[in-house]
Amino acid sequence: MSATYDAPDRRNLLDHMRQGVIGKPLDRPEGPLKVTGRAPYAAEYDLPRCAEGVLVGARVSNGRVTAIHRDEVSAMPGVLGVFADPAMLRRPAQGGAGKAPAQDVTQVDYKGQPVALVVAETFEQATAAAKALRIDYEDSSDSAHFDPDAAGVEPPKKPTDLGDLEAAMRDAPHHVDLIFRTEGHASAAMEPHAAIAAWDGGELTLHGSFQMVAYNVPELAASLGVDPARVRIVSPYVGGGFGSKLGISHDAVAAAVAARELGRPVRVVLTRQQVFESVIRRSETRQRLRLACDETGRLVGLGHEARVSNLPDEKFAEPVTQATKFLYAGDNRRLAVQVTRVARLTAGSVRAPGEAVGMQALEAAMDELAETAGIDPIALRKRNLPDKAPGEGIPFSSRTLVEALDRGAAAFGWDRRHARPCQTREGEWWIGMGVASAARVNMLAPAEARVRLHPDGRVEVESDQTDIGTGSYAILGQIAAEMLGSPIDRVTVALGDSRLPPGAGSGGSFGAASTGSAVLRACEAIRAELSSRLGVAAEELTLQDGLARGGNRSDTLVGLLGGDMLEETGRIEPGRTGKDYSQATYGAFFCEVAVNAFTAETRIRRMTGAFGFGRVLNAKTARSQCLGGMVWGIGSALTEALQFDLRDGHLVNHDLAGYHVPVHRDVPALDVILLEERDAVASPLQAKGVGELGICGAAGAVANAIYNACGVRPYRFPMTPDTLLDQMPDPF
Amino acid sequence: MPDTPQARLVVNGTPRSFAGDPRRTLLDFLRLDLGLTGTKKGCDHGQCGACTVIVNGRRINACLSLVAMHDGDDVTTIEGLGSPEALSALQRAFVTHDGFQCGYCTPGQICSATAMLDELRAGWPSVVTEGLSGPSDPSDDELRERMSGNLCRCGAYSNIIAAIREVLQTEPREASA
Repeated sequence: MSATYDAPDRRNLLDHMRQGVIGKPLDRPEGPLKVTGRAPYAAEYDLPRCAEGVLVGARVSNGRVTAIHRDEVSAMPGVLGVFADPAMLRRPAQGGAGKAPAQDVTQVDYKGQPVALVVAETFEQATAAAKALRIDYEDSSDSAHFDPDAAGVEPPKKPTDLGDLEAAMRDAPHHVDLIFRTEGHASAAMEPHAAIAAWDGGELTLHGSFQMVAYNVPELAASLGVDPARVRIVSPYVGGGFGSKLGISHDAVAAAVAARELGRPVRVVLTRQQVFESVIRRSETRQRLRLACDETGRLVGLGHEARVSNLPDEKFAEPVTQATKFLYAGDNRRLAVQVTRVARLTAGSVRAPGEAVGMQALEAAMDELAETAGIDPIALRKRNLPDKAPGEGIPFSSRTLVEALDRGAAAFGWDRRHARPCQTREGEWWIGMGVASAARVNMLAPAEARVRLHPDGRVEVESDQTDIGTGSYAILGQIAAEMLGSPIDRVTVALGDSRLPPGAGSGGSFGAASTGSAVLRACEAIRAELSSRLGVAAEELTLQDGLARGGNRSDTLVGLLGGDMLEETGRIEPGRTGKDYSQATYGAFFCEVAVNAFTAETRIRRMTGAFGFGRVLNAKTARSQCLGGMVWGIGSALTEALQFDLRDGHLVNHDLAGYHVPVHRDVPALDVILLEERDAVASPLQAKGVGELGICGAAGAVANAIYNACGVRPYRFPMTPDTLLDQMPDPF
Repeated sequence: MPDTPQARLVVNGTPRSFAGDPRRTLLDFLRLDLGLTGTKKGCDHGQCGACTVIVNGRRINACLSLVAMHDGDDVTTIEGLGSPEALSALQRAFVTHDGFQCGYCTPGQICSATAMLDELRAGWPSVVTEGLSGPSDPSDDELRERMSGNLCRCGAYSNIIAAIREVLQTEPREASA
């Protein structure tokens, strides 16, 4: 079988299996290890003679290191060395890079950039020496830009220009022309980036915290100038990633350089402040939304233009208009993303790059257009679903948006919403409801997985696929159990080790569908052998609880194996299905907020999300992914903002005290509806990705609820009290 | 360097001693000296709660105190609450309700919730409690307020509250430690 997924696999294999575990809300198999503190994360391996390294960040915003006064700290207790090796990273690798990112830490691109590593016998000694280390700089901050509003913009790459948007805006009976701003975001995974490097001769073993091991190995090898075959990465448990661990970062290369030099293992853990200052940020955005519709609410014009920022030479540009391209109709279109260059840390992928910030602005603009045109906001959305992807003319693989809007509305009680704002007051709180669509592109990524069926019926699944909290351990085991008719407790899943076949990794929501498809194909090959042994056609074979049946034959699995172990490696690569169809996941958010009439503080009272993403592989872990996305939506709506000093570019709120992720008290009961669908175009599992959909538009529902509550249209995210207060209606 | 401080403390029922760098936090003592890595370092500044442990029955952030300050103390970490083969009621409920995703904040959430339930039973009020005598029937908002020192970036909050509520309802009179 070709690995390339060129034609939709419509056999729908999983629905014809009998084990009955696929999709079930099973507990995570690694759960008992995680809840008892026994699951080891990157920094938690006990290696003999392991030294401790602490990175030192640049104190200038732009320039060069001219001297490192090593002598002044080398005599401090326990200090083993100060490293500023040319191999060390100036910037982290972007997701999927597979090659070395910007190296050479003598050049400073942004404040806080790691410029040296101090290694000592203990963490306290290394920390003290790192603080004492004096470094001289040639400061060229005067020539750097710190304010994205003041720096020039580059021409957009591949803009969409169809028809005449200006004319449509001029001629249409209803239009809105709005500017939105969103602030930068930090992934802020709970586990700081960490690495323990140990060399054995020319072989490096690196315990790290990564999302895409198969790409991280070549990134690390190239950075160090060694053969990738001599680099092993071990990353079985990852304390959250959200994009920030797609590529290798400063810790991994610094630990490897120091360990090679010192001839002993070295551990480097970024401080929380260093994670904020030097790994990956989501760019702030400035977005112009232009929407024009006819008297019936049919869109005739759609413009979405965004300005984002990054460091010089970085190719990544937050793809703000990614979902706008296919979500709504409108013949006259202009979509464009422009980049400005500023001296802030590297901008890259943070959970749902593009849609996370683009959808909230689009959906807030749709709400305003609905009001302007006097049309129900749900009706406006339904009226503008294109038959084919605009501009491309290709069909949609599957689309559950209407169902999500309808079922979400019913579950939420949308019919109780007042169409006009300022209609409900409880004490000093205005109460309002809002709706928004959810959409996120869907993609496959190359993946391999190995499945072994042991003579006693045990099943082993192996891949370097990571589980960053997403549920990979659970769902890969369920796929194998379903396909091979094995009780789930007879299946083990090993992940996150570069010695195992290369999975897709965890990014872009593609991990489950891609690596899961590789597992499915490996199992299919094993089933072919089993059906041959039983003497029946493959499609006749039924496997359940260790029994094989087909035609009028039956045998135990163990008997059929006859002492043999069957091992197969399954592969999948994206193919024509990715080009011939527009693939995306869809959903809808419904939100009720309370806005304080005096302070303009917003509290989320309840939130419902309905999501369609193909086959649900595990209803428990899939729901958790949706919950997590909605919590990110709440943060993006109300509290999360990276704040840079425009004078020197330094990140002011570089830790969890200043950068406010939602806490328990910010998150009310959340209701998640999983819409069952099968999308054979997306993958042989009929599954799509779910890790990011729950954010994509969520903050738009909050914005629309705020307007419905108090009559103030928010145009700045997060919608903190200061952004609303001067427009609030008289509280009395 | 000042005189080497010493401390003798009990960790998960086992007597332990410390004599070393006075800068060593309780968190790094647990993780690096005792190999009890279930207690997590998320920020080292008392901002995230991942390092929550129970000292003499009360929850604290282990990153914010020096081990030398814990002479004579009784410390319980996540490893002391249960094992994969014998989960505590809260640990079991976290698995059942999927009260975690990546798992990194989880030991802190569970240690925090374990002590928090004792605080509820002892009648401690919170900022959302009506009156000063403590809630007799704690609302979800009451639980959320009391757990807000433990951040979860994966966003498992709803499931964490469901797990805590289940234990609260099934074991309302569980003896406190």
